Amino acid sequence: MVKINSKFVDIQNTSLQEFIVNAGYNINRIAVEINGNIIPKNKYGTTQIIDGDEVEIVHFVGGG
Amino acid sequence: MTKSEYENVCKKHFGDDFFYKLNNAKVAVAGLGGLGSHIAVMLARSCIGTLHLIDFDNVDISNLNRQEFYLQHIGRPKTECLKEKLLDINPFLNIITDNIKVTVDNMESLFSDEKIVCEAFDDPEQKAMLVNGLLSLFPDIKLIAGSGMAGCADANLIKTRKVFRNFYICGDEENGIKNHSPLMAARVSVCAGHQANKVIQLILDKGV
Repeated sequence: MVKINSKFVDIQNTSLQEFIVNAGYNINRIAVEINGNIIPKNKYGTTQIIDGDEVEIVHFVGGG
Repeated sequence: MTKSEYENVCKKHFGDDFFYKLNNAKVAVAGLGGLGSHIAVMLARSCIGTLHLIDFDNVDISNLNRQEFYLQHIGRPKTECLKEKLLDINPFLNIITDNIKVTVDNMESLFSDEKIVCEAFDDPEQKAMLVNGLLSLFPDIKLIAGSGMAGCADANLIKTRKVFRNFYICGDEENGIKNHSPLMAARVSVCAGHQANKVIQLILDKGV
């Protein structure tokens, strides 16, 4: 099991990139932390989400 | 008014402990629109010692619906206009201005001396760029971002949320500027107040 934004999700053998695209996020409007470390955008494709990971995805909306 | 007269009034109001902590602090504000201009004003009124103001834009008539600018400022750089206004609030405030657009390439040099940064951009991709960049470059920087304050939905939906170790988001995280939902002064100011208050908490609780 993986914890994503405080919810347990059963996913296996998935790259962060695949998860983000499948979940419908706009890759240019998010920031992602896994187990307390910010993941640079150019590492999304090579970062595997593995059992026990805690993933936090923040999605920004416009306005300021 | 002399500096010591001003400081004595501040110390009387805030107390010595708060005054010294706030007055020794430095805060950067990236983006001087509806969020950033209000954040800067609130921090100037709170005896923050140094503000670093960053924006590339000039004041436009379309800014007057929610930003701390006036007719007389139109066509002039936001950094300059806000600096004048802040010095009218506190003439002893140290102000650093950078009239520049923040990019991936200049971020490291722009923010290398910062411990606390408020993200106050308008564009969600700029917001994401700044957050990703700063947290990667400076893992110990304290970053307070704004996301979701458009329209006139209940102001109580706007919250401050600790997202990562040193990263906070203020806003409802939903109501963006799409879907015919305009930015309005009241709700944007609520969000700016959340951001400024988190800055003050961080300075007073932990020191920086």
